[in-house]
Amino acid sequence: MTGFGIFLSKELLEHWRTRRLPVLSIVFVAFGIGSPLLARFMPELISALAANDGIVIDIPPPTAADAVAQFVRNLGQTGILAAVLLAMGSVAAEKERGTAALWLTKPMSRGGFLGAKAAGLAAVLATGIVGAGIGGFAYTGFLFEAPDAAGWAPMCVLLLLQMAAYAAVTFLGSTVTRSPLAAAGIGIGLLTVIAIVGALPVLGGWTPSGLADAALAIGTGEVPEQLWQPVAATTGLIVAALVASSVAFRRQEL
Amino acid sequence: MSATAIETHGLTKRYGDVLALDRLDLDVPAGSVFGFLGPNGAGKTTAMKILTSLTAATAGTAAVDGVPAGDGEPNRRGLIGYLDQAPQFNGWMRGRELLAYVGRLSGLRGGELDRRIAETLELVDLADAARRRIGGYSGGMRQRLGIAQAVLARPSVLLLDEPVSALDPGGRRDMLATIRGLAAHSTVLLSSHVLSDVERVCDRVAIIDRGRLVTESPVGDLIDRFAQPVYRVEAEPATDMALDGLVAAVTGAAWATGVERDGFVVRVFVTDDPEAGGRLLALVVEHGVRVVSVERLRPSLEDVFLRLTGRRAAESPGIHDA
Repeated sequence: MTGFGIFLSKELLEHWRTRRLPVLSIVFVAFGIGSPLLARFMPELISALAANDGIVIDIPPPTAADAVAQFVRNLGQTGILAAVLLAMGSVAAEKERGTAALWLTKPMSRGGFLGAKAAGLAAVLATGIVGAGIGGFAYTGFLFEAPDAAGWAPMCVLLLLQMAAYAAVTFLGSTVTRSPLAAAGIGIGLLTVIAIVGALPVLGGWTPSGLADAALAIGTGEVPEQLWQPVAATTGLIVAALVASSVAFRRQEL
Repeated sequence: MSATAIETHGLTKRYGDVLALDRLDLDVPAGSVFGFLGPNGAGKTTAMKILTSLTAATAGTAAVDGVPAGDGEPNRRGLIGYLDQAPQFNGWMRGRELLAYVGRLSGLRGGELDRRIAETLELVDLADAARRRIGGYSGGMRQRLGIAQAVLARPSVLLLDEPVSALDPGGRRDMLATIRGLAAHSTVLLSSHVLSDVERVCDRVAIIDRGRLVTESPVGDLIDRFAQPVYRVEAEPATDMALDGLVAAVTGAAWATGVERDGFVVRVFVTDDPEAGGRLLALVVEHGVRVVSVERLRPSLEDVFLRLTGRRAAESPGIHDA
């Protein structure tokens, strides 16, 4: 991992300078704040629209649990998309541009290069989820009652873990191909496979998809039906993707 | 630093059916400025990429300062400074920032890092542009920055692939002088299509063709050994008949290997026969050629290259080397 720390600082500066970090943070904070807003006002909006057509819809008053559910849904979708978009060019773009060769002829190991790339990616996603988490927590407390603080942070960690899984697989695609688009294809392909497997009754709990259910339960103060299974499966997937990236990159021609 | 800075033995690289390097044996003495010549596709860049561990050899070995190059160890030890033939940078970065990262990766810190960056920027004439984004640099500036990042940490071996190809004549002259000066603390392996540049700065050269080493020698020895002496005879106008006679007489002479005529100028390629010059002058007198000048041209590396490879070095200049 020679050169890891120095190259990580270059990665973080790059995420900042190329606006990826600020834009993603703003988007995530917007979703964090928007989720309780949506949960709070959507029923009223639907009732008002239906009333215009003379239809009466009896929607129960929204609760903090609805806000949490909205938060998990929004972050689950947006976060995964952001993870794929961020990871697709991480290594492939440096290879495509020729800058990987510049850095790898310096006193830096390929492991250090790859590790810094992965850590930079994780840092950006973590920053986004922290922003979203703080925004969502504050606005849920403002519009409803204060959510369970003890459950909110672990819920965000599970959502981050879910995003990290998609990022890791796309990162593997970015390592083995020279094209960010091909890497995105691999990430989206996996997303599709996981969505299909996640819909199956037994196997579903053993995929990153299962993390969303666990996160929702923890965020609303309930005990999740399955926790360690999706956590273990997702962690295993991340580790496997990173190890495979490292093996593929070790002897890759640049 | 060992006596041999770069050595390759039986270095072979195959891309599918294409043999890019064919059992290349090379020894580059430490402290030399070593010209690495060959037509496009000869395998120069491939050899450099193997030395920098960007590409793996199919067979054979390569070492830098005695350290095997296959797994990137020479890079990790900071032994190599490398300039790609088309250097690429992160466009969002500023020139000085790039050098700071390169310096820190090479173990430089604090005042030493700042001093080395300032010196290097001055060396490549980029001090005024150091705080500008690299994305806005011209081709020549990018090439100078490429040289800067290669030399910043004063590696023991510099691999420079076409280091002055994007520079204007003035920049080219200055950079060649700089490269010559780098030999004080680095061994330089330099590839270039411009053989006059190589002749100006290199102590030794290796010529490769189709992945194979054709010859390797000090520049002067190579020219003495392979370049054919050439005489240039310029006649006064209105001496067509006399010149026709001279050309006819020279053609077929045992000591002449070729003759070219362009208006009132005749170029005569001769063998290594020390009497050839005298015999040519005798023919000039014999045929009554009214001479403006007769001179023996200094053979160049270009002549050697042409003779050994059958191609000019600058052929297909737009095509990058394999």
